[in-house]
Amino acid sequence: MADSGSEDIAVIGNTDLTPSESENNLKNTMVEKGTSLLKRMEISVAEAEKRTGKNAVNMQETYTVYLIETRPVDAASEGTNPVPDSLWRRYSEFELLRNYLLVTYPFVVVPPLPEKRAEFVWHKLSADNMDPDFVERRRVGLENFLLRVASHPVLSSDKIFYSFLTEENGWKETVFETGFQAKADSRLKALNATFRVKNPDKRFAEMKHYGDELQSVISQLLRVRAVGENKVSTAENAAQSIRKSPFSPTKRAADRLYGVYKVHGNYGRVFSEWSAIEKEMGDGLQSAGHHMDAYAASVDDILEEEEHYADQLKEYLFYADALRAVCRKHELTQYELEMAAQDLTSKKQQREELATGTVRTFSLKGMTSKLFGQETPEQREAKLKMLETQIEEGEELVKERNEECDEFVKSAWVDIERFKEQKDHDLREALISYAIMQISMCKKGIQVWNNAKECFSKM
Amino acid sequence: MSGPVVDNAVPSGNSSVAIPTDISGQILDLDEDDDLEVFSKDTTLTEGSSFNASMQTSPASMINQYKFEEEEEDADTKDIFVTVDNPESLVTAIETYVTYRVMTKTTRSEFDASEFEVRRRYQDFLWLKGRLEEAHPTLIVHPLPEKFVMKGMVERFNEDFIETRRKALHRFLNKIAEHPIFSSTEDFKIFLTAGELTSHKKQGPGFLSRMGETVKAVAATVRGVRNRPEEFTDMQEYVEAFSQKISSLDKVTQRIVREQKEYLEELKECGPMYALWSQSEEELAEPLTSMASSLDSCCKETEERVKQINDHLIPALHEYVLCTETLKAVLRRRDNIQADFEAKTEALATKKADRDTMRDELDKMEDRLEWANNALKSDWTRWRKVMRTDLRSAFIDTAERNVNYYEKCLAVWESFLHSQRTDAEGNAKDDCS
Repeated sequence: MADSGSEDIAVIGNTDLTPSESENNLKNTMVEKGTSLLKRMEISVAEAEKRTGKNAVNMQETYTVYLIETRPVDAASEGTNPVPDSLWRRYSEFELLRNYLLVTYPFVVVPPLPEKRAEFVWHKLSADNMDPDFVERRRVGLENFLLRVASHPVLSSDKIFYSFLTEENGWKETVFETGFQAKADSRLKALNATFRVKNPDKRFAEMKHYGDELQSVISQLLRVRAVGENKVSTAENAAQSIRKSPFSPTKRAADRLYGVYKVHGNYGRVFSEWSAIEKEMGDGLQSAGHHMDAYAASVDDILEEEEHYADQLKEYLFYADALRAVCRKHELTQYELEMAAQDLTSKKQQREELATGTVRTFSLKGMTSKLFGQETPEQREAKLKMLETQIEEGEELVKERNEECDEFVKSAWVDIERFKEQKDHDLREALISYAIMQISMCKKGIQVWNNAKECFSKM
Repeated sequence: MSGPVVDNAVPSGNSSVAIPTDISGQILDLDEDDDLEVFSKDTTLTEGSSFNASMQTSPASMINQYKFEEEEEDADTKDIFVTVDNPESLVTAIETYVTYRVMTKTTRSEFDASEFEVRRRYQDFLWLKGRLEEAHPTLIVHPLPEKFVMKGMVERFNEDFIETRRKALHRFLNKIAEHPIFSSTEDFKIFLTAGELTSHKKQGPGFLSRMGETVKAVAATVRGVRNRPEEFTDMQEYVEAFSQKISSLDKVTQRIVREQKEYLEELKECGPMYALWSQSEEELAEPLTSMASSLDSCCKETEERVKQINDHLIPALHEYVLCTETLKAVLRRRDNIQADFEAKTEALATKKADRDTMRDELDKMEDRLEWANNALKSDWTRWRKVMRTDLRSAFIDTAERNVNYYEKCLAVWESFLHSQRTDAEGNAKDDCS
């Protein structure tokens, strides 16, 4: 991986990185990490289109489909540009893919999808899924999702994922054939149940806590306020609470900044009108007015870039959920182990009591046998035999569960470490690109106001 | 010299013939007016009502009166410096009010000393303004800050309010000092030098005569002007349009300040959030802390930017909003003088008796009108120039401050970026090995 180092340095040396470039850098970094899949193919979500059709209940609906393009890597590097393989998928299919991955690889922090509904939109008041800006941002988010999966050491070799990219028809059936739905349901149930684990791995407990904090802080940064003091359990819930909360959407810094810039546009208009009644001042005013208009217009670019930054944070808001899910899954396996172990212990105790005739713990059976007389030796023999079998099975189960737990802890921790590194890198890059954006905004501001000053001098 | 002394001098305000209630004063001033009569054909700019201790303008400044549009107030030739500062609350049995220290440094010969220090209250400034307007109805007096604050519950003794007012009073006096006519008035001198003004305030046209003037003014407005010279109509149209534009600019600027303040409120919350976040992180702790402090720095700069617009651009624009009221009043007064003249001309045509006296009066009124028109024309040109200078420098100042703001923010982010990149380079090198 000697290459990744120099790639990084090249990225940093470039002072005028535009946000789209830095987005590309993110992709490049993922590609550089070089899973075998990405070494073979280029993946992109190239377009989005509106479709209408009949849905499951035979009602007419409009939905958006996204064009996934794949291209063999060698062809691109050879200089020829063959037509890429492509197929159309809609958002629900992406969701299906992700759910499959969640169930099949519970120890992986699975990359999140872009938000289902336009909740965290900064300027548009309506949560319109058909809005072209929203669709565009979603397209970018979906592409990002695919690249993240494709660059994951474990997920990238999944066959269902591969066929998602390459087989348009029949993919859905293939997914259902894996029978993951059954697992999904039980998993969901388990994850939502409350249970107490006696000996969770400390690291996982810390990670879960970290996931909570990360989600909380990013939510606030994106100007989400939880209703009252209720903690929001998932990112989607957070989004829901904004919609319901009377305080939302709270005024946002970006909106306010928008206001500041746009009002300067009024200077342009008034200067222009004023210049009409002045003789010597006219020209200076008129040209100053143009610069005020330019200043007002420049905010649109700025906000687009801020939106992009917000998207980067948002991804990790949703990633926090995925992280917590893995920690919960660990708790579940640990709990199941503990339950099995507990069960085994109690069975062993019962055997001992039965064998020695002493009652160490209170049991109804014990009491009744005391009251109504001991069982026959045959009955006792039969019981003992049954217990022995159960204990054997129990020990097997405990052994199994123990292994499961260990396996899970091992592979989950590997992925969590991978995730941490990725998160640190990505968020740092995001901060850097935010700074670059601010720098660009400041430079533009300096230019506009210097120009305006020159015009004012001519007044 | 026949008739009231007043006829030779330019009468005050809106009356063609001010009938002083106290004639004795007039007679005493005969000598004074004899001196002035020499210049009567040049239509001197003496104070209207002759029995106030006004107006011993030097012949030099009187001759220069028509040339003052060419005069430049160079810093080198400035021979009087006035400051208004040091506000203090004064509590008496009846009321509480604020006084300001007015300091004067001058080399002018008509002043007894070279330095003066007096204390004045807002009412005193009002008095001065009134006197100047009375004496020179068609000259443009720079506006005073408003009496009451219309918006909000700002109290008269609120610090910000007092400071804003002090600055405006300072500008007012300086504008008077820079005005070629006003700065040489006796009233101005008295204002700057007299220990207390009360005795001076008692002089001047009595209440009744002022009443008479007001009544005549209303009558004149009703009567209207017949043949207003085109240039004054042009002036009026300009004032109308200018008034709208400057009002709009005032409103736009206030709106900008409001939006900036709201933006600042939001921005203030960001830094602390990044600081909080950094506590949960290891590798990211440093960049996040750095981010937090960068945002905090930008907040400070934004606060400074808002303050500066508030302290400089807004008062400058606001004063010119008030100016438009002054300009409208000046144009009205000029119209009234003309209306009076026209009325008298008509009266002459109809009246049989007293033809001679009336013709004399008419001549004087004609003179007066001509004088008023010329004064206005000159001062108008002067005002246009001053306005241009003032507003130009206010906008240049604003542009400079904005550039400064962005430069400071730029430095903050460049330093953040630099620190992150040098760190990252260091890390990348580690990855390589």
